[in-house]
Amino acid sequence: MRQLQAEIITDAVRNMCIEANCILPDDVRKCIVDCHQKENWTSAKESLGKLIENYEIAEREHMPICQDTGVVCVFVEVGQDVHVMGDLNEAINEGVRQGYSEGYLRMSVVADPLRRVNTNDNTPAMIHYDVIPGDKLEITVAPKGFGSENMSKSAMLKPSEGIEGVKRFVLQTVEDAGANPCPPIVVGVGIGGTFDKVALLAKKALMQPLDEINSDPFYAGFEDGLLDSINSFGIGPQGFGGKTTALAVKVLTMPTHIAGLPVAVNLNCHVARHVSRII
Amino acid sequence: MTVKTISTPLTKDIVSSLDCGDTVLLSGTVYTARDAAHTRMIESIKQDKPLPFSIENAIIYYVGPTPAKPGQVIGSAGPTTSGRMDIFTPDLISAGLSGMIGKGVRSAEVIDAMCTYGAIYFGALGGAGALLSQCIVSSEVVAYDDLGTEAIRKLEVKNMPLTVIIDSKGNNLYINGRNEYIGAVKEGVQCRRKG
Repeated sequence: MRQLQAEIITDAVRNMCIEANCILPDDVRKCIVDCHQKENWTSAKESLGKLIENYEIAEREHMPICQDTGVVCVFVEVGQDVHVMGDLNEAINEGVRQGYSEGYLRMSVVADPLRRVNTNDNTPAMIHYDVIPGDKLEITVAPKGFGSENMSKSAMLKPSEGIEGVKRFVLQTVEDAGANPCPPIVVGVGIGGTFDKVALLAKKALMQPLDEINSDPFYAGFEDGLLDSINSFGIGPQGFGGKTTALAVKVLTMPTHIAGLPVAVNLNCHVARHVSRII
Repeated sequence: MTVKTISTPLTKDIVSSLDCGDTVLLSGTVYTARDAAHTRMIESIKQDKPLPFSIENAIIYYVGPTPAKPGQVIGSAGPTTSGRMDIFTPDLISAGLSGMIGKGVRSAEVIDAMCTYGAIYFGALGGAGALLSQCIVSSEVVAYDDLGTEAIRKLEVKNMPLTVIIDSKGNNLYINGRNEYIGAVKEGVQCRRKG
């Protein structure tokens, strides 16, 4: 059994919170640059150019790419042969606390959804654990803004609605979101599982590298088809018209019940932040 | 493309000179307010108490900035989703508010009030908080300090790049811009819009 001090996890989460908010991942940059080159609607091309300028300023000045530095979603894959010395949840939250305070990031979390008093340290993080073989611990930190989170949806479809039903639901969600989630967006789709699992799948779909093709050719084609349909809507960057409404569509699936077809769509803005570390 | 350079206060003359789709460079004073500050301002109006700033011909920027680092005027400061403020906005427009800066769709009630009283809805580039912070030259909390990022700040801006999303005639860029693009694609025309 490998022993791991909780402080190491706190330090890693602290650094990842700051990095994720100030430095846009390479795959997202590549995708924005690519869309900027391919966009032929003048005003849309200009908007995409300004988004590139924005993330370049953020990196240079070491300041947040977006003022909504989000609620921190943390995905932890815990090797079953790792023993964390100390309180793992608290170690992660302490990392968030330090990162948000020392990184001059915005405190955007309220302690109670109805009484709405700010916790003033951006905790608690939304933490998800998976136990995996091995003695390593992989942490992904993904600050999530709520402009796009608020436009996300889930539904329990009938199995007979099939692939067409899922397509309709995804496209309607993007259409309804319009300009609100700061297009160009990333569309995370979860299909299958249960009511609770499908939403998590959609969120995890947003962590997939944008430049990676789905290893299942059936879903690779499904993602491409959805992206083409979304980019024919004409919503465009900022919602002012144009081709580039979405940067990518990412789908994750899992087995489900004979009676059900759960689907969830989690939208992300173009500031698609996530950083991973293996400890 | 014509760029219109304007300064605050946002008088009715300026309001009526702006059209949906215009690119604007704004200089002068804007006040920040988002969800919690709006709730408090509407309470003040209901109780006949004065608002924390003069609302006549004023502009509200829907933003909750990140904290300024030492030496900075302000942190990242891009727009938040305006629609959450829709329920409060008609009362502020009827009280004199003539401009709003944000992103995302507005309700029919807000657009009606904008047409009735004369107001403009400007878009700032969503998700570009680092870029937009560069045109803010000063920032001072003027009310509701306890709300942290949601406090009302008086910002001085210089050449802030904005787009008129909805003008005082009710013309809406979210509808017109998209239709224009789709129309052009159908006609096989590209690179056309105000190019």
